[in-house]
Amino acid sequence: MSESIVLRGGTVVHTTTTEVADVVIVDGRISEVGASVSVPPGAQQIDARGCWVGPGFVDLHAHLREPGNEAAETIASGARAAAVGGYSAIVAMPNTEPALDNPVLVRYVLDQGMLAVIDVAVAGAITKNRAGEHLAPIGEMAALGVRLFTDDGNGVQDAAVMRRALTYARPMGVRLAQHCEEASLTMGGVMNEGVVSSRLGLSGRPALAEELMVQRDIELVRLTGCPVHFLHLSTARAIALVLDARAKGLPVTCEVAPHHFTLDEEACETFDPTFKVHPPLRSASDVAGVRAAMRRGDVDAVATDHAPHAHETKDLAFDEAPAGMLGLEHAASLTIEALGTSDANPVLFFQLLSRGPAAIAQLRASDERPRHSAHGGNVQVGDDANIVVFDPVATRVVDRHHLAGRSINTPYHGRTIQGETRALVVAGTLVVENGELQ
Amino acid sequence: MITSIKGENLLTLDDLSRDAIVEVLDTAEAFVEVNQRSIKKVPTLKGRVVASLFFEESTRTRLSFETAAKRLSADVLSLAVASSSVKKGESLRDTITTIDALGIDAVVLRHQSSGAPVQVSRMVPHVRVINAGDGQHQHPTQGLLDVFSVRQVLAERANTTGVESGASLFEGLNVLIIGDLRHSRVARSDIAAYAALGAKVRVAAPGTLLPTDLEGWPVEVVTDLDEALAGADVVGVLRLQKERGTGHLVPSLGEFTRFYGLTQERVKQLQPTAIITHPGPMNRGVEIDSLVADMPAAIIERQVSNGVPIRMAVLYLTVAGSSNQGAMSV
Repeated sequence: MSESIVLRGGTVVHTTTTEVADVVIVDGRISEVGASVSVPPGAQQIDARGCWVGPGFVDLHAHLREPGNEAAETIASGARAAAVGGYSAIVAMPNTEPALDNPVLVRYVLDQGMLAVIDVAVAGAITKNRAGEHLAPIGEMAALGVRLFTDDGNGVQDAAVMRRALTYARPMGVRLAQHCEEASLTMGGVMNEGVVSSRLGLSGRPALAEELMVQRDIELVRLTGCPVHFLHLSTARAIALVLDARAKGLPVTCEVAPHHFTLDEEACETFDPTFKVHPPLRSASDVAGVRAAMRRGDVDAVATDHAPHAHETKDLAFDEAPAGMLGLEHAASLTIEALGTSDANPVLFFQLLSRGPAAIAQLRASDERPRHSAHGGNVQVGDDANIVVFDPVATRVVDRHHLAGRSINTPYHGRTIQGETRALVVAGTLVVENGELQ
Repeated sequence: MITSIKGENLLTLDDLSRDAIVEVLDTAEAFVEVNQRSIKKVPTLKGRVVASLFFEESTRTRLSFETAAKRLSADVLSLAVASSSVKKGESLRDTITTIDALGIDAVVLRHQSSGAPVQVSRMVPHVRVINAGDGQHQHPTQGLLDVFSVRQVLAERANTTGVESGASLFEGLNVLIIGDLRHSRVARSDIAAYAALGAKVRVAAPGTLLPTDLEGWPVEVVTDLDEALAGADVVGVLRLQKERGTGHLVPSLGEFTRFYGLTQERVKQLQPTAIITHPGPMNRGVEIDSLVADMPAAIIERQVSNGVPIRMAVLYLTVAGSSNQGAMSV
């Protein structure tokens, strides 16, 4: 940790402003930011010209598959994929086998996370075994620093159980996160319900299923006062509901996933199960709606819903294949695509990928109990050095056989994307240099 | 838009042009004659290997395809899924790759999952894939034999031949399709075929048995069934697919029959020339009254026997059509 690093000549992206400056990192912290800095002897110099220099990205939604399905991904491999994507911290989702619904398993993931190349936080389950019935030991997990709780993959279907969880969790300073799909409406569904599913003879998962549960949970937030984070919202209407609730002062936040703002239901025409995901790829108008909401600043975070699957388990008939696709390595590039390849606003970009999610995950310096080090900062002297150097114009072609994670189920194979992680510093250590993992 | 299935896969009727469909129908007419000979066999596909893979139970489609392949002198590899390694957890890809390794020219695939033939066509791009019914998506050869059977009847009445008539007898023809459209792969293929040939297609079903979104479909949804029946030249009755959970989508079979079944009472609305089709197997007394099914207007047996020449035509065009074997030797 004693190494010194100088990031030379990049556009430093602060919370509201940008400046061309050098950033000096010594002993894991930012020691100097300015146009003419003093370079410590022996410091490693990184050419950041033409790049954005901002807080490392934070992913609220990574399925790391460990424990239970290490063939698809491990905490270590998922962290490497995240580092390539520019992330300095990720939140591990609890739908492992067994589920992260108790302090022993949470501690296991946190311990493995300590060995990973970036910071790994944990989202605990709301209910035991994510079954939606009995509350998991939320308090015990919160005592280990867990700040997000979710049964992701399953929304908590029973309104009484969700109400109970919110009422119980409220005094603990934590946030419950919900996968919103009303199960009675999505039963058997494998893609977005609509004109394409009707033509293809595939059962649908209606947008209504998502919007109804968002509405229900907003009412439960109103009743209980406990903050709720809405995971991977995929319809313009769902986002509008959250926006409306927030305007009325309710503590609600939402994230959107790259595939929901770059791919639409037409991708399922090929019956390629790579495109199967829950919530499903929506209509083109919803994709446009999600993008518009991002550009307006109505969305709190981009989150990947990174969902690796071993090839043999995903390469099945469309209706038999599991849902989910990779996200960590390309999310930032796809965010550029959504914000505008020629006019993406860097402040908004870092808000969506770093500062917004860091606030929700409570990984900021200003939070009560940040884990490891603080993320999503202002890039100022004294901050923990979690910094990404991101080239917003470099292009590349996605190749599923050249990925850092263990699985290949990216929906972007063959697509040309813009934006690339040039360098990544995590807690003062250079993890990615020249786009390559160190 | 595919203008001829020669050398192509047959995965869906959605993208077939009128010419492509007429070509299949005309080719099938030639094979009808073969099926009337005492020796019902031609050497057209001699030395070719056709694999028949039925992942879902079927009697008539399977028998009909295998008969068609044999009458074309193809060798038939028939995979009995129940006794195969599929039951031991082998994936679709491994099953296909294994069969392919034996050396095949075409695979006839029936699968319970919508889109499986499309996926298989990417796994073995050098093999012609013929969809024999996939989930709730498409059943192309059923759609083709339905329009073929209707064309035969209309041509006989007009004192012409099917080949002579081309697609002309479908121009403005009023086709009414009734029943469980939501789950029906037959309906999706029938609608595409009739519409491509120039017919006007109307559909009638309880709201819960219609596909969720019909935007872009060349159909009109009927609100008054009796009026639609009176104007129909062809009534396509669909099988109520109880095995696909239709039971939850209507209050009872009795209520479905009362409002949408082709009952003896309702048949009285029909013009005397109207033709009734059903893809089988029938739920007699549910979507179609038993006596109605046995009326001369119902051409259900003709549909079954036309299954063989249509499938011969499809195999001939897709498999032999890719090579330079010259004119078909019938």
